Amino acid sequence: MSLKFPIYMDYQATTPADPRVVEAMLPYFGEKFGNAASRNHSFGWEAEKAVDTAREQIAAVIGADPREIVFTSGATESDNMALKGVAEMYKSKGKHVVTSAIEHKAIIDSAKRLETWGFDVTYIEPPTDGITTAGMVRERLRDDTILVSIMAANNEVGVLNEVKEIGQLCRERGVLFHTDATQGYGKVPMNVDDMCIDLLSMSAHKIYGPKGIGALYVRRRKPRVRLAALIDGGGHERGMRSGTLNVTGIVGFGKAAELCARELEEETIRLVNLREKFKSIIFESLDEVYVNGHETKRLPGNLNVSFPYVEGESLIMGLKDVAVSSGSACTSASLEPSYVLKAMGRGDELAHSSIRFGLGRFTTEEEIEYVAEKTTEIVKRLREMSPLYEMVKEGVDLSKVEWQHH
Amino acid sequence: MPYSDKVVDHYSNPRNVGSLDKKDPSVGTGIVGAPECGDVMKLQIKVDERGIIEDAKFKTFGCGSAIASSSLATEWLKGKTLDEAQEIKNTQIVEELNLPPVKIHCSVLAEDAIKTALDDYREKKGLPLAERKKH
Repeated sequence: MSLKFPIYMDYQATTPADPRVVEAMLPYFGEKFGNAASRNHSFGWEAEKAVDTAREQIAAVIGADPREIVFTSGATESDNMALKGVAEMYKSKGKHVVTSAIEHKAIIDSAKRLETWGFDVTYIEPPTDGITTAGMVRERLRDDTILVSIMAANNEVGVLNEVKEIGQLCRERGVLFHTDATQGYGKVPMNVDDMCIDLLSMSAHKIYGPKGIGALYVRRRKPRVRLAALIDGGGHERGMRSGTLNVTGIVGFGKAAELCARELEEETIRLVNLREKFKSIIFESLDEVYVNGHETKRLPGNLNVSFPYVEGESLIMGLKDVAVSSGSACTSASLEPSYVLKAMGRGDELAHSSIRFGLGRFTTEEEIEYVAEKTTEIVKRLREMSPLYEMVKEGVDLSKVEWQHH
Repeated sequence: MPYSDKVVDHYSNPRNVGSLDKKDPSVGTGIVGAPECGDVMKLQIKVDERGIIEDAKFKTFGCGSAIASSSLATEWLKGKTLDEAQEIKNTQIVEELNLPPVKIHCSVLAEDAIKTALDDYREKKGLPLAERKKH
């Protein structure tokens, strides 16, 4: 099979909609255009029925009741809704929230907002393997803690946190537990009852569905979670999120969820094999390569690697026919390396040297071989050009050098 | 971010990559930047008896624009006198490579590497150092 360029290897950023998803959505752009809230005619009923089906498909992936799914515009909104909605509703119970320093910005920035509302937020800094454990959460819980928010899988380094253990701990302590499962939903097995999850954020475009649609799972029983709405209006979604439902998007989300659940086991094996193949090619041909985050407790399709002495952006420039993401945000005005890698205690220089390879449903073995070999070739070329690599080869300890900071 | 053709050219075919013997009295070395900032440039010049730069080499850890800036600097240095080399400005590098605003620091670093290499050579030879303006 011949390769098609550019090669997409950034599946944690977004995924293409599966053709089966697109096909399911098409009628809802045209002849089935009804408003799901129209109760008086068949157009509305048809739309409502489609939404109900999708709600079931989406809930089934995590063992939830369809009535516990609240549609949103995406996981960013779901995260905002979970943190701000809980804080607003439960502020008389307490004003402390626990989260981690390597959450997605949608959580971090919502947490920062809560701080301006008078809340106290504790940010756990996980160790170099990137995993947040129940033990770390336990140490930070206080009598006035009302919410713990820990992501299921990290978007940059792909590590899987101890969601079940954290959920059980929170349940015992009577603290609500939210997990941002944007990366984990449909990729790793999750069950809201087994894992004692009270709120869970999801997004369709990470699971081969359309962009602009997501959901928040909100537990209805034991305990019944109450949320203050962010968006007021017609009282849709049981008053938690007003606004006409994006029926087309919801139908696509439902189909995408169903496909992920059905193919999860097989796809996991396939992706882990591809990932390990990729890893073995680069590890065999290069010295000093590090995997960021735990080696095995990670998303099947994520490999985040540091190539010391090579700057990430220059590596990406060499991989010009491959779409990957860098841990160095040198392209932004901030020039700051990844806050995730920094918080995990990877030195700044390793953060600058890291690349996230995201594998997914349409990644082929040929692509893996091509990208791994190309990466190896460019790293070798750039190391020949790197003063740091030369110094290390001469026996210089880089940490002892007095650098000229700008 | 799209790179200019000149940046891509220097990145793909860098001029004068390599190292000169830093202990050689006719060689001046400048190492600037820091790994945690994502840029380190090493720039070296070799000066002949007439005070003309006969060779220049670089090695750079940094983005494509940083590599291109230092590669271009070595091209410009060759054949110049120390005083002429002292006059190379980062703005000329920005102009030649068409660097966007977020990459101007790469050119600043390259100018700094040139000046540090010149200082190193002058110090070795006991020559007075040129006045440096602070960035």
